[in-house]
Amino acid sequence: MNKIVSTKALKRRYRKEKIFKGAAVFALLLAASFLVFFFSNMIGKGMSAFSQAEILVDVHYNEASVKSYRKAVDKPYRKIVSRGWLRTLPLYMEDNPEVMRTTRQEWVLATADVDQYLKGYTNRLKDKHKQQIDKLQEEGRVKLAFNTGFFTRGDSKMAELAGIKSAVIGSILVLLVTLAIALPIGVMTAIYLEEFAPDNRITQLVEVNINNLAAIPSILFGLLGLAIFINFFGVPRSSALVGGLTLALMTLPVIIITTRAALRAVPSSIREAAYGLGASRWQAVFHHVLPLAFPGILTGTIIGLAQAMGETAPLLVIGMMAYIPDAPTSFTDAATVLPAQIFTWAGESIRAYEERTAAAILVLVTILLSMNAFAIWLRKRFETRW
Amino acid sequence: MQQHTMKRFDEELDALREHVLAMGGLVERAVGNAVRSMLEQNEKLAKKTIKRDRAINALEVQCDEMTRDILVRRQPAAGDLRFIMGIIKLVTDLERMGDLSTGIAKGTLYSLENPPRVFSNLDIMAEKVIRQVNRALDAFSRGDTELAMTVIEKDEGIDVLYKRMYREMLTYMMEDPHSISSSIILSNMAKNLERISDHATNIAEMVIYIEQGHDIRHVDHEAAARILAGEDID
Amino acid sequence: MSKSKISINQLKLWYGESQALHGIDLGIAEKKITSFIGPSGCGKSTLLRCLNRMNDHISSCRIEGNVLMDDIDIYDPSVDVVQLRSHVGMVFQKPNPFPKSIYENVAYAPRIHGIASKGAEMDELVENVLKKASLWNEVKDKLHEPGTALSGGQQQRLCIARTIAVKPEVILMDEPCSALDPIASAKIEELMDELKKEYTIIIVTHSMQQAARVSDFTAFFYMGNLIEFGNTGDIFTKPKQQQTEDYITGRFG
Repeated sequence: MNKIVSTKALKRRYRKEKIFKGAAVFALLLAASFLVFFFSNMIGKGMSAFSQAEILVDVHYNEASVKSYRKAVDKPYRKIVSRGWLRTLPLYMEDNPEVMRTTRQEWVLATADVDQYLKGYTNRLKDKHKQQIDKLQEEGRVKLAFNTGFFTRGDSKMAELAGIKSAVIGSILVLLVTLAIALPIGVMTAIYLEEFAPDNRITQLVEVNINNLAAIPSILFGLLGLAIFINFFGVPRSSALVGGLTLALMTLPVIIITTRAALRAVPSSIREAAYGLGASRWQAVFHHVLPLAFPGILTGTIIGLAQAMGETAPLLVIGMMAYIPDAPTSFTDAATVLPAQIFTWAGESIRAYEERTAAAILVLVTILLSMNAFAIWLRKRFETRW
Repeated sequence: MQQHTMKRFDEELDALREHVLAMGGLVERAVGNAVRSMLEQNEKLAKKTIKRDRAINALEVQCDEMTRDILVRRQPAAGDLRFIMGIIKLVTDLERMGDLSTGIAKGTLYSLENPPRVFSNLDIMAEKVIRQVNRALDAFSRGDTELAMTVIEKDEGIDVLYKRMYREMLTYMMEDPHSISSSIILSNMAKNLERISDHATNIAEMVIYIEQGHDIRHVDHEAAARILAGEDID
Repeated sequence: MSKSKISINQLKLWYGESQALHGIDLGIAEKKITSFIGPSGCGKSTLLRCLNRMNDHISSCRIEGNVLMDDIDIYDPSVDVVQLRSHVGMVFQKPNPFPKSIYENVAYAPRIHGIASKGAEMDELVENVLKKASLWNEVKDKLHEPGTALSGGQQQRLCIARTIAVKPEVILMDEPCSALDPIASAKIEELMDELKKEYTIIIVTHSMQQAARVSDFTAFFYMGNLIEFGNTGDIFTKPKQQQTEDYITGRFG
């Protein structure tokens, strides 16, 4: 019975275990606190960008306003109403002639400085305008409304007008190209390597190189894209097409590797069963192995796409880090993508852009997280089928 | 032969073999004692022989239990299976031999009031039968098929001895009616000895089956099939 | 012994440099059950896989000698392996139904071999095959549920059903009961007994009791050699070779 009573050696063992466990927990907490800090910082900075200052003023729709858009509002308001918004009025009147020769009281976009003043941030508003805003506020003619423009407008040099629409559409187009190129090529390559290729030096060499490709710095893919697609094939610079092609190069190894892993995860008993029944190799793969590997392939593809979506370096080289106010309408139009937009805004000195940067980051992170969550859901949904 | 992977199995088979040999030893002694009790007209020895048959019966039951246990737990095959099957049969033979010895000893008790004047060839026959039993058990313990064949061959001689003695007893009975009861007892003893030799032959046959896997019992499969089919055979 | 369905002549097989079979000569009787027994790595599964050319998928595998099925060499270049496997079906160690419905599992092989088309014809075939595999009563109400939801024994019977759906002549079984409990095994054995009326069955098994129970003939392999072949009754009561005796009485290594 003496053996049951804990000895010195046993105590030492338990102490070691405790130290190890403590270190692991500490590391986890550290990582978690970084994450919490990042998110709270982004949310703190970015949430305010989802509301935007608006002022209730009389808007005069008449010929004078068409000639000089500044005349659409009364003089005292001209400094606090967004000039960018005023500039859109003549076009608006041309499209909607019924509003001509009327004066309507409307909530209009305020300048970025007013916006920042209302949110209590530093701004370049003159004191007299500050008093004016305070007075308007008492009359209830100033408010912070939900910033729909952030999602429906493209980039702008006027902070209050700048939105992420063109960048989001750019991202979608780029990803479509990437998906269309990388998925079929990647899956086919993986199927060939895993199911059909003989196990010899050449295939081993190909394998090693594919694994290496996944580890290459992404900017090199950008240079490759520049050299091949733009300079050699003459694909339009800055276009979603060239961006998608370049990112497809980058995503390809990820898709190949995950697809191979998914194929390998299909139990060999399924293949044997198919062969045993007289299925050809091709039938065994396409009737049985591929459907079972499909969730895994999809998961890998989504993760690869999410990675491509967050990529900026290669796009820098192929000219997608550009000021694109209007959403691209075709694959060959000049386009930008969300991370590139974030990068551009982060370089602006005006305070209003800072919160937009954070907001755009929030949007990007949300999209990436939901893509990953979708991937996990897919895996959970289909993986336990055998 | 190599050892079993399961050492316990080997031990069980060894224990079984020991039991059978011990039983054989008891039987051998019982036959000798029974005959000696007659020749010496020794009541004590006869009673002792009868009493000791219980031990033989007990050993039979133990051997049965051991074989049953091995069958259930080890599912023996090939040589092991033949060994177990052989023992199941062999044990019955030994037990019968014990019973027959008891019969001889009981004969002694009946003969005490009216002892026979001559024992004829009973001593010689007994000696030969005991040697048969001894050979059969030796053949079993050593797995000696040649010796087993000898037992089978020598059985005929015992039969001849019995018949000779039976005829002799008939003449005594015809000569002198007073000797009838003792002559019948003697002739029965000879019969028992002859049966014991038959059982020894059975044991020898089982030894050959255990060792070589073929059944050398006198069998006529064709005749059996025809009888089962309802045909008349002559 | 009845007519040989398959005759294996001087079959030698190498995996790369190592020889797995050393010249096997064996005749498999038609419409009988032949069992292959022997310790792990003795070549019994390898030989079984030679009979429907499953080893074709291993690139390092090389074969000498021949395997005649109804006097046709199955390794002849004119023999199509896909065609061969519709004549020689296989059931594996682990029940491996496709993760599809019970119906689809059975219908798959007839469909790819063009034996039955969709609709009533296929429905009838599926029903017949499941009845033959004594599975129909258990699954008739859930034909469209996944085959993987069945119990292990039912899965294995589904695999047998799937195999006989193309009406093969020979069924190879590679330790079909090793993953099953005794009751499920007994059902498979009962089924095998039923199937041998129509099919030639070869079973590889590690359970000597199973070999003794189900098979008519038994072949004992050791180190890539056929040590002994004969009537199951003879092999299990009076084997001729000492190695066979040692193996079946549990005196090996």
